[in-house]
Amino acid sequence: MNSSALVMMVATQLIVTGFTGYFFYRVLTGKPSTEPDSFSENDDEPRT
Amino acid sequence: MSSSTTTTTTSPSTNTESWGSRVGLILAMAGNAVGLGNFLRFPVQAVQNGGGAFIIPYLICFLLMGVPLLWIEWSMGRFGGKHGHHSTPFILDTMDRRSFWKYIGVFGIFTNIAVASYYCYLESWTMSYVFHSVAGTFAGMDQGQVASFFEKYVDVGVSTTGIPYEAVIFFLLCLILNTWILSKGLSGGVEKAAKIGMPLLILFGVFLAYKGITLQAGKEGALFGGSVGLNFLWTPQFDSLANPKVWLAAAGQIFFTLSVGMGTIQCYASYVSKKDDIALNAMSAGWMNEFVEVVLGSAILIPISVGYLGIDRVIELTASGGLGLGFRTMPFLFSQWGTFIGAFAGVAFFGLLFFAGITSSLAMGTPWMGFMQDEFKWTREKAALSFGIIVLILGLPTVLFFNEGVFDEYDYWAGTVSLVVFALAETILFAWVFGMTKGWKEINDGADLKVPSFYKFVIKWITPFLLIFVFVGSLIGPAGGDWGAAFAGLGNGEGWNLDNGSIIAQLMNKGIKQQIAATTDSALVESLESRITYINGARLLLLAVFLTAAYLVFVAYKKRIREGRFS
Repeated sequence: MNSSALVMMVATQLIVTGFTGYFFYRVLTGKPSTEPDSFSENDDEPRT
Repeated sequence: MSSSTTTTTTSPSTNTESWGSRVGLILAMAGNAVGLGNFLRFPVQAVQNGGGAFIIPYLICFLLMGVPLLWIEWSMGRFGGKHGHHSTPFILDTMDRRSFWKYIGVFGIFTNIAVASYYCYLESWTMSYVFHSVAGTFAGMDQGQVASFFEKYVDVGVSTTGIPYEAVIFFLLCLILNTWILSKGLSGGVEKAAKIGMPLLILFGVFLAYKGITLQAGKEGALFGGSVGLNFLWTPQFDSLANPKVWLAAAGQIFFTLSVGMGTIQCYASYVSKKDDIALNAMSAGWMNEFVEVVLGSAILIPISVGYLGIDRVIELTASGGLGLGFRTMPFLFSQWGTFIGAFAGVAFFGLLFFAGITSSLAMGTPWMGFMQDEFKWTREKAALSFGIIVLILGLPTVLFFNEGVFDEYDYWAGTVSLVVFALAETILFAWVFGMTKGWKEINDGADLKVPSFYKFVIKWITPFLLIFVFVGSLIGPAGGDWGAAFAGLGNGEGWNLDNGSIIAQLMNKGIKQQIAATTDSALVESLESRITYINGARLLLLAVFLTAAYLVFVAYKKRIREGRFS
């Protein structure tokens, strides 16, 4: 590969992967919201 | 008509759907955005519009148009959900009570039904190709035979496997699967499909990207190494940045890849409660789509096809888009890797396209279901079944008359034009009518992310400008995307030479009429004239769907008034 193509590819992929990983990490490590929230899997009782 | 000061009471809907988990919601949203275009359209757009330099306008448009639209649609959806609305007609109505907004919101139902009608057919190709990869149908075929297999497949009267009407059968199977998953609801169906489909899609994508990048000249029949294709794709042609066509292509790609302007994001977000985050969720789902498109999508189609066919042949094959390359050529290339790896690569490639497709088509079913559950108290199962039946009726013409251009016509009007029109309208509503003060509050309520304040300016001014740019480009785009020549033509009295793909030229059937004028073959003339008839029929069908959806909104509105559901 020529150097300009390599720089474009590596820089782009690092930026995109970095932001994707960062935001998903923030979601995974975020403080759980207090009940009642939007999600049923963490409910104490099943929703009707 | 009720005044702009009226408020809506919460609807006593039968709709009690909810998301199971936050990760499930994000995967479903990302699955909605990730589609076949991530693998087949993006790399082709890049090679045709400046190579590596294409990523510059692409990322700029993502930040200035894509991200704002994601925040707009997520917050509109959550806002509508607070009032018990799960589809765009009454979500828009809640934001401004002037009656025309709910009819503009009809786009959010119409587009999904119409797109699902041809998209399910496309999805069924991937399902069928997975089957044929496992069955070893492509083993031993040369490139011409693989291409011919596709031609026969879409010619419904010809069977490729001995199964009569094979294309129709796979279409039905695909539709039944979609309907069944939809009938299981959001957390029990759509979310589960995303939780299975998205990780598998990424796994298959990583495998194929690895194969693409590590391809070596002289091994497994490859003429060139994977780096040749990557070099071809990523070498930046910076002079292309001065061409408006490249910016229009970048804006268009961002637009379509994120599935904005459809009404699906609003529908999904309407099940998020008012105190829960949308700002970070939107970013996470949006960037996940970018990862699949830019990182995985760029490392599969082009490196592998260039490795076996060379750059010149790939340029020739991609002239009409990535779909042909994907279905007419890739199975032959995979077969060069040996029986087992070749079959596995076929399953991986068409399997990832299938997962990309189904996570999107499921999203297309939810606005209609939400609307019928909210307004007509239909059960989830009844709403899902009705969606399946409508898509079957509307989709069959795309299957039966694929070669007559019905499929492309649906894609053009529902999958391209409607999206731009609706996104432009909703952005104006959000930023200018609902107002940025309330809009900004909606985006930031419960946010787990500090949204940069300059986005207030971007949403109000830059995003609408870019959308107008895309719309005008679609409406009056000049031939070959050459704006300089078009303006010069205006100056010297030759007039504006419209591109055959522009809305106005499309309406006038300019491309087909040119073909008719250029031929003396009476059989071809007859075939082209018959094509115009099919195309006009497809347009009338789409118009009928839009008008029917608008009528249902009208009936629902009157019903709400009778039931005192506006106060």
